[in-house]
Amino acid sequence: MENEAEKSPNGYEPKVVAFACQYCAYSAADLAGPTGLQYPANVRLVKLPCTGKLDVLYILDAFENGADAVFIAGCLDGNCHHVEGPLRAKRRLVLANKILNELGIGADRLGMYQMSGGESIRFVEAAREMTDRARQLGPSPLNQRKSAANE
Amino acid sequence: MIIAEQKTLEEIKQIVAGYNKLLVVGCGTCVTVCFAGGEKEVGILASELRMARQMDGQQLETVERTIQRQCEWEFVDQLKDAIEDCDAILSMGCGVGVQGLAERFPTKVVLPALNTKGMALTVQEGLWAERCAGCGNCVLDKFGGVCPIARCSKSLQNGPCGGSVNGKCEIDPEIDCGWQLVYDRMKAINMLDKLYEVQEIKDWSTARDGGPRRINREDLRL
Repeated sequence: MENEAEKSPNGYEPKVVAFACQYCAYSAADLAGPTGLQYPANVRLVKLPCTGKLDVLYILDAFENGADAVFIAGCLDGNCHHVEGPLRAKRRLVLANKILNELGIGADRLGMYQMSGGESIRFVEAAREMTDRARQLGPSPLNQRKSAANE
Repeated sequence: MIIAEQKTLEEIKQIVAGYNKLLVVGCGTCVTVCFAGGEKEVGILASELRMARQMDGQQLETVERTIQRQCEWEFVDQLKDAIEDCDAILSMGCGVGVQGLAERFPTKVVLPALNTKGMALTVQEGLWAERCAGCGNCVLDKFGGVCPIARCSKSLQNGPCGGSVNGKCEIDPEIDCGWQLVYDRMKAINMLDKLYEVQEIKDWSTARDGGPRRINREDLRL
């Protein structure tokens, strides 16, 4: 059921893509339901085997295909099943941020959060924070251009 | 291996301006290893260019292909089916690769996406450093396996110069003094006495100074 508090006051609803590690953030998101926590329906989850699998191309694909914001949700430093996943993801975000700024989309549309598998509240906070940020920023410049071209 | 790095997005945007369907070609050897022009980089650059064009209110169509080597006809020929309806080819190979494509497809526009930087060693993840200058007459036997041509900023064969400070080169404190490296290596292998030999003026005609170089092996030609 949709919570009214999770909706934008001006009617604009952004698309937010979350790349979530299956060992932590994806489990945390899964646990949100049984614990009675809601996160915005704007968030589309993509399960990764580890945030170390994150590729800059995944992020670019998300924006190219209509995302207004993207966030990466991975394990806490030192708790990664594959040891260095979040460290590698953070390195890749450096390049992704640079590309998003060069394109004019803006690195502020990309975020990273870390949590354990039991911290569903942390995942919900991340989902709300990125959705709110996307609402404030408005549609991504790329989506704005696409809409203008279709009109 | 050959190392290269991508030109800036702004430069590449200008280079491909006016072309609406691009064949973006990666190379699966050297530039894949140095993360400049492999299959992954082709995907990223193609996506960047499509989005950049959309940001300008226009469309760009891309075809992405990566061949094992852009410097060998057997692999280059694999692109024949893909080039027909493309306006231009954007090569993510080194300078050799770009010219390989241009030679094989003489009626097609071939554009470079990379700047070729030289022949280098992978020192650690994400760091490559030049080790060979391709002078055409290897002198590594005289300097303990450390090349003064490639690693001394002045390519001195009778070094060091006065700019060596605490083992670093005067042009950049991040760069090791090539002659310090030569000395340390010769000392480690008990061959310091060989450094007393004065090297004669190098004949640079075997390097680029002698014009474009080629190797012709009659025993291998068909």
